[in-house]
Amino acid sequence: MTAISPDAPAPGAPLLKNLLGERPLTQIVLFVVLVTALGLLGRAMVSNMARVGITPGFAFLSRPTNFGIGETLIAYSPESSFARAILVGLLNTLSVSIAGCVLATLLGVALGMARMSANPLLSSIVRAYVELIRNTPLLLQLFFWSASFKALPATRQALEPLPGFYLSNRGIYLPALQIEDGRMVATAILAAVLVLFALWRFRRRMSGTLAGAATLAVLLLFAWGLASAGALRADIPVLKGFNIAGGLSLTTEFGALLVGLFVNASALIAEIVRSGIQSVPRGQWEAAESLGLHRAQIFRRIVLPQALRVITPLMTSNYLSLIKNSSLAVAIGYPDLVSIINTAANQTGQALETILIMASIYLTISLAVSYAMNRYNARHALRGLAR
Amino acid sequence: MTIAVWEPRLRPSRRRPDRWAAWRRGLFGSPLNIAITLALALLALAAAAPALRWALLDATWGGTAQDCAARSGACWAFIAEKWRFIVFGLYPNDRDWQAALAVALVAGLVIVTGLPRFWSTRLIAAWIVVLALALAVMGGAPTGRLVPTDKWGGLPMTVLLSVIGFAGAFPLGVALALARRSEMRLLRWMAIAFIEVMRGIPLIAVLYVSTLIFPLMLPPGMAIDKLARAQVAIILFVSAYMAEIVRAGLQSLPTGQYEASRALGLSWWMMMRLVILPQALKAVIPAFVNLAIGLFLDTTLVIVIGLFDFLNTARVATTDASWNGYHNEAYTFVAIVYFTVSYAASRYSLWLEAQLRARQDSK
Repeated sequence: MTAISPDAPAPGAPLLKNLLGERPLTQIVLFVVLVTALGLLGRAMVSNMARVGITPGFAFLSRPTNFGIGETLIAYSPESSFARAILVGLLNTLSVSIAGCVLATLLGVALGMARMSANPLLSSIVRAYVELIRNTPLLLQLFFWSASFKALPATRQALEPLPGFYLSNRGIYLPALQIEDGRMVATAILAAVLVLFALWRFRRRMSGTLAGAATLAVLLLFAWGLASAGALRADIPVLKGFNIAGGLSLTTEFGALLVGLFVNASALIAEIVRSGIQSVPRGQWEAAESLGLHRAQIFRRIVLPQALRVITPLMTSNYLSLIKNSSLAVAIGYPDLVSIINTAANQTGQALETILIMASIYLTISLAVSYAMNRYNARHALRGLAR
Repeated sequence: MTIAVWEPRLRPSRRRPDRWAAWRRGLFGSPLNIAITLALALLALAAAAPALRWALLDATWGGTAQDCAARSGACWAFIAEKWRFIVFGLYPNDRDWQAALAVALVAGLVIVTGLPRFWSTRLIAAWIVVLALALAVMGGAPTGRLVPTDKWGGLPMTVLLSVIGFAGAFPLGVALALARRSEMRLLRWMAIAFIEVMRGIPLIAVLYVSTLIFPLMLPPGMAIDKLARAQVAIILFVSAYMAEIVRAGLQSLPTGQYEASRALGLSWWMMMRLVILPQALKAVIPAFVNLAIGLFLDTTLVIVIGLFDFLNTARVATTDASWNGYHNEAYTFVAIVYFTVSYAASRYSLWLEAQLRARQDSK
């Protein structure tokens, strides 16, 4: 029994105990056993790799890849290095994740609100949607979206749900902004930011609606100015025979992955938003009503700040899981980080190195997102505290 | 100055709220609600009518691929033809009752575990015995003819991967949670590192480690079964999430529980076994059920390392050249199975939560 007594320090090792806490020797033995086991496995691995003629290390990163990638945001060719291929994968993962998080938040918040609607038809349709999404595998949903995008008509008969938007089995085409004069656009953005900053400083002197309208007016004015000066041009895709020219084109793989990810996450976000808002006691609504606030004010000033304290941490883990889920891209043919790492590992045999790179990238992303969301959360948590 | 004293003499109304009136108000109470109701009704009709026609009215229920091609609706004949492959994968046809028996054993085990009246330490023994039995049956014990794991597939694989994954992750997760809250600093940091790394990377990455790196670590000539490697990867991955749930349970207990057990002279092990863990684990059972649902749905990721789980067999079934790609039918079939299991489990979780709360209140 003496060993577990917290008050009796083990004789002879006060320093270790200060450093390591309870039972320092047991811990050291455990640690050494673990490190030795890992070391033995590592040595077996190095000798196995040597047998098939692979030298461990990161030298392969500068070698040419000799494989093509279907979708790249930066210039890339089979002569490019493995490091560049991994960068391409990382950018693909980030672009689909960021777009996914934004769209999932927009759709999820709207669905969460609709779920709480007094209209039973609306709330039950949203509930059915949420249950359907939450209780089927994400991969199955991705297969479904992938098959749906592949079943779109060919380019010649491309669907045009809105003018300037084309959907075909070759890709998705959206209107885009084409920058003709970069310097002028940059100057204009800087000027707009300055004007908006000045506006923001004086926002207390005007009502919320007026401030919103003024912001919008400033933005429109600058956009109109740039467009009429010819620095900025709307690039609208046009169907010409067998091709669609202009605009922003996205592949169907990207489209299927993006839709699958944000539809999936939106169902979870809808539930988070609902539970967050319902976590604010009814008394808060009633008290605010008795103070004479109207519903929109109550929601914005009283309920939302308190609900956000519940919502934000849950949203953080939701964003993180969306980013991690984007790795399912490999199953539907979108070249994300995991898919390129896997190809690189198979080509070079440097499995350990590539997977170490992937794990450290994902951990960095996770930590960065957690950090940013915790900062945001801390602001709201402080504001909500009674002091 | 008069002081108004409000005496709450009024009792809350006994009359049940009129459900129907609330519905009517919700549906048609204001111009906005009328517009929403009408728009949604039209939309639902526009979506439901073709779906219904596809799934039921124009569907082909039996026959051959030619019969299906002649009609525009769903080809359920495809499922009728392929269900054996989708459910059991490459498992030998004449012996697929073994796979069915293994699933039944595991399902029975899970259902019995779900009923609070059976909760006792004997369940641990039951889990070990029944899971071993299910694996033996799956491996061909009843007929004495070995079925190698590369012939396993379909629903039995999904069920075994998720249930054994959960069962294996449970002790590991509890150990990790205890290590993370331990006074032993080095141990604590090792636990934190493991948990955070596992939670920071996608499951697919862990599965790749199991297929790409793990075989490299073995001495030449030695090999470990691919399915077993995937199973270990799943167990390790889930244990990190399990540890965080258990930690939440441990943190939910007041420190008085620890202090009181110490005052009674219990050793650390006895305190954990008799006082802390029973309460901590009970507090987080609903979270366990949610984790189990998530795991059941996420086992589909083994597709990327080439295992034939339930979703993959369905996908492979659609590539049969004589039936030209009835994806929708296959995916609908699979989706119904996944949905039924997960939805039932999530309803069970709600029921259990209510039960546990009622028990807590009656104390």
